[in-house]
Amino acid sequence: MNYTFQFGDVFAAWPLLLKGTWNTIELSLLAMLFGLALAIACAWGKTAGPKPLRFVINAYIELIRNTPFLVQLFFFFFAMPALGLRWSAHTAALTAMVINLGAYATEIIRAGIESIPKGQIEAGLALNLKRHEIFRFVILKPALKAIYPALTSQFILLMLSSAVVSAISADDLTSVAANLQSQTFRSFEIYIVVAVIYLLLALAFSALFRLIYKASLNYPDRR
Amino acid sequence: MRTFGFPEFLFILEAAKWTVALSLIAFIGGALGGLLVALGRTSESRLAQLLAGGFIQIFQGTPLLLQLFLVFFGAPVLGFEINPWVAAGVALILNSSAFLGEIWRGCIQAIPSGQAEAAHALSLDYFSRMRFVILPQAMKIALAPTVGYLVQIIKGTSLAAIIGFAEITRAGQIINNATFQPLIVFSVVAAIYFALCWPLSLLASRMERRQAAALAR
Repeated sequence: MNYTFQFGDVFAAWPLLLKGTWNTIELSLLAMLFGLALAIACAWGKTAGPKPLRFVINAYIELIRNTPFLVQLFFFFFAMPALGLRWSAHTAALTAMVINLGAYATEIIRAGIESIPKGQIEAGLALNLKRHEIFRFVILKPALKAIYPALTSQFILLMLSSAVVSAISADDLTSVAANLQSQTFRSFEIYIVVAVIYLLLALAFSALFRLIYKASLNYPDRR
Repeated sequence: MRTFGFPEFLFILEAAKWTVALSLIAFIGGALGGLLVALGRTSESRLAQLLAGGFIQIFQGTPLLLQLFLVFFGAPVLGFEINPWVAAGVALILNSSAFLGEIWRGCIQAIPSGQAEAAHALSLDYFSRMRFVILPQAMKIALAPTVGYLVQIIKGTSLAAIIGFAEITRAGQIINNATFQPLIVFSVVAAIYFALCWPLSLLASRMERRQAAALAR
């Protein structure tokens, strides 16, 4: 191997890399937030909604879970404008991520909801809690606690798969890397550095999720 | 300009064979690698544990797309001739090794420790212990999640389109560039993936339910 690694050009572009990293963080956080909201709504619909609603939610979940994220992204970026909806690569990417995460997270949260014993809900009824209070405090919170590890690893998978949005040039870290690569031709060095950044991001996100768990879900229960 | 007709549909459908071929390569290679990783993670050797653990951390902690780029752009630097076929194959094999390894580690560890102790007491060596006692039992538990993971592999092969490997997604892009009918083109692409993945998903969840029923008895 007669190749000298030159990281100079890569590190010289640190402001760009930092911007890209921030964009990836922002995109991922927004997608997690909206995706979680969508998933909670769908999980509620799937466990307590009327039959037609359940059918629609099931179709949505199966459709998303059995097609690649890249194809979903292309669909939102290329096909939706053909239907008259004009939006930027960034919005298309965020939408695709939210829709994608929503489907996976719905199944995870549904499993959590189904693990709540009936007696707990009956206890809520006996205490004269309203329907939405029962859902929020008696069903959802313990359900989230029960499936927290699965949900957060899904979040991290989403953050990692956000690299794919570079295929429509949505300004994320991988897009920055691709641009740098075409300017400096130091592709191997650039992708090594960017892979390390993603690895650090994955570790940072799991640390963040542990903190959130300690702050809000770390109460004793029967489990 | 072309419009989307039956020949265009056939063009995309035919590309499905490359998706299937790449998925099979990734699965077979990933199964061999995954077995090594799972054995490494569950072994008594500290070094093997560390190596397998590091491998999993790296390949589960970075995007598959970046792994693909690193192989595709890195191999020429290290002096290997490479084409999209090999790059996609190698990256997907490494990635599936990490994920299957982690899945199977769980299955191996789910086997009650009494089984390994009994094998020890019968003075079976490591190979026989694994081959005849632990792995056959672990395989039974591993079947459903492995079929489920196959779906992930098929979906993962779509990323090979980005480095120019002509599978379903790439064929869709090519047809879209010729016809400018993205709605129908990407619906067809999605439908073909769905037709490949959905039966496997159904099979996986059926196996899971049967297993849960068997364990509940």
